[in-house]
Amino acid sequence: MSWYLTLPLVIPFAASIIAFLLRDNAMGRWVSIMGSGLGLAASIVLMVVVLEQGVIAGQMGNWPAPFGITLVADLLSAVMVLITAITGFAVAIYALGDITERQERLGYHALFQILLAGVTGAFLTGDLFNLYVWFEVMLIASFGLLILNGGKEQIDGGVKYVALNLISTILFLTGIGLLYGMTGTLNFADLALKVNEVENQGLLTVVAMMFMVAFGVKAAVFPLFFWLPAAYHTPSFSVSAVFAGLLTKVGVYALIRMFTMVFDHDIGFTHTVLLWVACFTMVIGVLGAAAQSDFRKILSFHIISQIGYMVLGLALMTPLALVGAVFYLVHHIIVKANLFLIAGIAKRLTGGTDVYKIGGLYKSAPLLAILFLIPAFSLAGFPPLSGFWAKYIIVKATLDLELWFVAFIALAVGLMTIYSMTKIWAEAFWKPHPEGIEPALKTLPHKAAQIIPVAGLAVLTIIIGLSPEPFVIFAERTTAQLLDPTAYITTVLGETK
Amino acid sequence: MEQLLSVLIGILVATSVYLMLARNLLRFLFGLILLSNAANLTIFVAGRLTPGAPPLIPDGADAPLGLVANALPQALVLTAIVIGFGLFAFALILAFRAYQSLGTLNTDDMRVAEPKESTE
Repeated sequence: MSWYLTLPLVIPFAASIIAFLLRDNAMGRWVSIMGSGLGLAASIVLMVVVLEQGVIAGQMGNWPAPFGITLVADLLSAVMVLITAITGFAVAIYALGDITERQERLGYHALFQILLAGVTGAFLTGDLFNLYVWFEVMLIASFGLLILNGGKEQIDGGVKYVALNLISTILFLTGIGLLYGMTGTLNFADLALKVNEVENQGLLTVVAMMFMVAFGVKAAVFPLFFWLPAAYHTPSFSVSAVFAGLLTKVGVYALIRMFTMVFDHDIGFTHTVLLWVACFTMVIGVLGAAAQSDFRKILSFHIISQIGYMVLGLALMTPLALVGAVFYLVHHIIVKANLFLIAGIAKRLTGGTDVYKIGGLYKSAPLLAILFLIPAFSLAGFPPLSGFWAKYIIVKATLDLELWFVAFIALAVGLMTIYSMTKIWAEAFWKPHPEGIEPALKTLPHKAAQIIPVAGLAVLTIIIGLSPEPFVIFAERTTAQLLDPTAYITTVLGETK
Repeated sequence: MEQLLSVLIGILVATSVYLMLARNLLRFLFGLILLSNAANLTIFVAGRLTPGAPPLIPDGADAPLGLVANALPQALVLTAIVIGFGLFAFALILAFRAYQSLGTLNTDDMRVAEPKESTE
């Protein structure tokens, strides 16, 4: 039974090894695409199984939980694995037209597959220390990708990214140590039971805050986000797309997992902190974006602002708000990765990423303009695109709780998002290019490899937008599992408990 | 023993914070490795200290007799040391490359990837 759980991990690792051996060969890139495609198939199978059978768990090496390492897939894990595989597949195809031969020879495809494996593992694991290990797998692969064949800019961004992420990792590790000291277990399911027996509940809150800070750095929430806009605009576009789509979301996922299942003993305190963090994150992110002129820097600040919405959904902790958070996670990964991929095409057509120094894309590449409008409007929350429903559910949840001010912030941030998107639109697409360049899509090398993933992700955005009902129902089922982890716990620990 | 180690962890953290607040990237890295050692010691102490009692099961028994040391935190620390060592090696090389290509280790001067300060 556990092969459903291990395949999404085994495939990227295998692909990574083969791609590394073939790094001097043109076949390497096809191995990466094949691997991502197979990974996508495996995660679809996992999704189907989880939909039919509910939570599934596998004990690695047949060591029974809570002593061994457990892999668990509930609906949240399964959907995150699926969306990771979709993004990975799209970016692997896009890499055909983006990654240079030199980067390939340095092992780009191998690192990319390891990154996917690390992200998938983080979503599938049912053990806190194992989560730390997956974080590290993901982190070291992302370090490599970030500075691969890099110049001064990449090194500069890399230093800040590496430094702040390492601090958060150590904080996470310390938190693990202290939590283990108090509960004697590191298995999520077992922790969910044991934390209630801890005598010193105040100390538990302290440890919860350590985890909040550690995951907060990963998720890039206020005031811990500074590494993100310092680094995300420097690497190759494929790399920044997969970073933007997936890495911060692993932090959000870890926050949701820990603060619904394990740390729900003092919601009045921890989730109020999260609420304030969410509000500041939304506002600071969108204001930061307004001040930027680099295509990817604007988008980077928007990641931060959007993370605020997801954390807001977690902070409110009502079923509807969590539905919104889950919906937002899925929608955001697709949209954000897509926008970064489009930034890459825009750069190759116009020769720059500073929106004030480029232009003319609407006239010369109308198809790209339409493909940009879909995710951009979705990000801002225009009906009938996916972002509208995500924002609608979150705002509805705040209104239900009569948190008028928070609802106002969420709506105002949406409005300001349009401002930045309009800036990109007006400068990069609408106005003529200052140097008179009118590059058509036809001239783009590897045109199909770049357009197809972008168009595919845009279609997904539209599908979610036009028929949100199955997705909302799915998010409701996910939320039900999060708020009542009985199924999760019994599946992992067995019926005896 | 626990108290002694706790004080040691405190000193390590204090030293590492002092080092990490420096503008020199190399000092920051030294602070980082002290901090990761403090984290490792924290896990070790959190697993309770049982000196002089290795977790060995005698012949013919199913479980260790009497109180023995907890082996799990040691396994965790070992994993964390290995991972931390790998990451630190990477960070050192990165700092070296940064010095080569940016010509400085002062973090205040590392602004290549940032927007230019508007002077016009």
